[in-house]
Amino acid sequence: MVAITSPAFKENAARALADPGLQKALGTAKGAFLQRRAAAVANLPEFEQLRNIGRDIKNHTLANLDFYLEAYEAKVKAAGGQVHWCSTADDARAAVLEICRKAGARTVTKGKSMISEELGINAHLEAHGIRPVETDLGEYILQLRQEHPSHIIAPAFHLNREDWEADFRRLHTDLPPDRVFAERRDILAEARGKLREKFLAADVGITGANFLIAETGSSVIVTNEGNGDLTQTLPRVHIALASIEKLVPTLEDATNMLRLLARSATGQDFSVYTTFSTGARRPDDLDGPEEYHVVLVDNGRSNMIGTEFQEMLRCIRCAACMNHCPVYGAVGGHAYGWVYPGPMGSVLTPSLVGIDKTAMLPNASTFCGKCESVCPVKIPLPKLMRHWREREFERHLTPATQRTNLGLWGFLARRPTAYRWATRAAIGALGLFGRGRGVFRSLPLAGGWTRGRDLPAPEPGGTFMARYAKVRGARR
Amino acid sequence: MTKDAILGAIRRGLKRGPLPADQQAMLAGRLATHPRHLIPARSRLPRPDQVALFIRNVEKEFGTVERVPDLAAVPVALSEYLAAQNLPPRFALAPHPEFEAVPWASRPLLEFERRRAQPTDQVSVQHGWAGIAETGTLMLPSSPHRPTTLNLLAETEVVVLRASTIVGAYEEAWDRLRAESQDERSGGFMPRNIMFVTGPSRSADIEQTLELGAHGPRRLHVILVDDDPAALPPGDAVAPPRTAEPGGLAPPGD
Repeated sequence: MVAITSPAFKENAARALADPGLQKALGTAKGAFLQRRAAAVANLPEFEQLRNIGRDIKNHTLANLDFYLEAYEAKVKAAGGQVHWCSTADDARAAVLEICRKAGARTVTKGKSMISEELGINAHLEAHGIRPVETDLGEYILQLRQEHPSHIIAPAFHLNREDWEADFRRLHTDLPPDRVFAERRDILAEARGKLREKFLAADVGITGANFLIAETGSSVIVTNEGNGDLTQTLPRVHIALASIEKLVPTLEDATNMLRLLARSATGQDFSVYTTFSTGARRPDDLDGPEEYHVVLVDNGRSNMIGTEFQEMLRCIRCAACMNHCPVYGAVGGHAYGWVYPGPMGSVLTPSLVGIDKTAMLPNASTFCGKCESVCPVKIPLPKLMRHWREREFERHLTPATQRTNLGLWGFLARRPTAYRWATRAAIGALGLFGRGRGVFRSLPLAGGWTRGRDLPAPEPGGTFMARYAKVRGARR
Repeated sequence: MTKDAILGAIRRGLKRGPLPADQQAMLAGRLATHPRHLIPARSRLPRPDQVALFIRNVEKEFGTVERVPDLAAVPVALSEYLAAQNLPPRFALAPHPEFEAVPWASRPLLEFERRRAQPTDQVSVQHGWAGIAETGTLMLPSSPHRPTTLNLLAETEVVVLRASTIVGAYEEAWDRLRAESQDERSGGFMPRNIMFVTGPSRSADIEQTLELGAHGPRRLHVILVDDDPAALPPGDAVAPPRTAEPGGLAPPGD
């Protein structure tokens, strides 16, 4: 699995905030997703109802997941495909390697897949002498840079055009070094040329799956570039990697989810390529893979069923939550320290790798609630982050000073008279010292807060409760 | 066995054993009847408007559309399009029976081979199975007559689509597929692959700015054959459609 740096979230975030290149990239990218999604949603009056239906479809599937998984497997087999059940990341890596070895594979092309990142497929194949080639444009440059995605649908979210040009010059050494990248299109054209060779040479193609369909045994991928389709069409063997919660019962159910997915993700009405794969090449077909394998991965999901985190398994990986998150927008995806960034990652990562290493993540939230309000399947992300904070507190993972302060606050909060007395005293003191200037430039114990802004001094007139009592008194 | 371990863990989480037979039957019934959900109203339109919506949506996604009166008009439209794009009049053609009836010889400069696409092809001509007006999407199920590579390898893909195959919503296309398609391997109706294509290939991976022509076709052109009198724009609706070549309009299939 990918190494985890989530325990160092604070340091990661500080570094991200001080990184001018990253800040520039975040500034460029942030607005675009928001506007496009808003426009797509405004253009579909039924969107809110489709969200409710999407939530209900996923809940229904999860409540009957054992039944639908077995129905799905039977259909895959009938269409000439194979299902490899994998409990752990180790199982899944071994299954993929085994299929590649049997195929005598030397190079493997890959469509964009977050589960592949989660399982660490690339490193495992490389360690066994098989060369994986990422073909999504964003994933391709990250592989050249030996980095991980910073966003689940726009993996190179953190890069600027200059980075692309510099890396292509550095690594495509067979091309003239003085070539000009006049437009973004030139960068794209160079990548297209490079990857075309790889598509044609690959022995195995590995894709993820946005959905699996029990009715037909199909896997669905959604892309704009067409790389996923070339990956699964040209090589002799196609492997679809999918986690168990990708399942939906019928084509009609999948259709409802697809109406939500592209709009929530990129703000398109529909992605350019939405492709349903069902089994291997038929006897008279002129193209398509001769073998079709589904590597069906649990890797911690089944443990979430029946817990308060089951709702997280509705996630369709659209990235709307991170696109709308002020914390993600400030620090980018790498600061989160593992595969899944942003609000969905702050709930999912602790479930998959343990709260002991990831307690910072559910705390990296302002609880503004925007993520929940844009989630196409209405996952209550702030509530689930709060559940993780409770678990963190119960397991004594919260730092000692924070625990003490929370304890003190809790003591006062349960005693209204004492609470009012303490706030009155604090406000009185702040007012006394600060009224001359109007603001505090710095305050003891609040240096982190006042470093970036001033605290206004309280106006005369007492606490809110005192004023409220007075106003109510006057009305009577 | 791993499968049993996973199913067991799911059942433990759900606090139950395998579903009782009556509940299994209920779920199997849901799979068999595949009930529809809410379908957005935007595509519920009179035929001419539905076809117009399809065209508008293809164009919105950077595709192009030309309407022709019948299959006999396809060679002219195609050769003019290729010339206008400065492309050679050479292409890989879907080996679809419907294209047998097209009078290709009327444009002797057109050179083509009926086959899957090769990496060197600049132009492919694909047979459209259905169009979905809701989003301007082409539905292209794989078959020996409609190889998937024709959708992917050439820089320019031309799809010949009959107006009578345009539906409003995806669900209508699923129902037609269930009714008409028979897959010998699985005994079901799903072919190996179905691509839903909405506009030409693109990427926004560089600074979230859209560029056309990523790995798939850079241009997507639809030649729309007006074989459905009810779908013609109101002004044209009374005029009888120009005669097609004999045998040119087989019932929709494959």
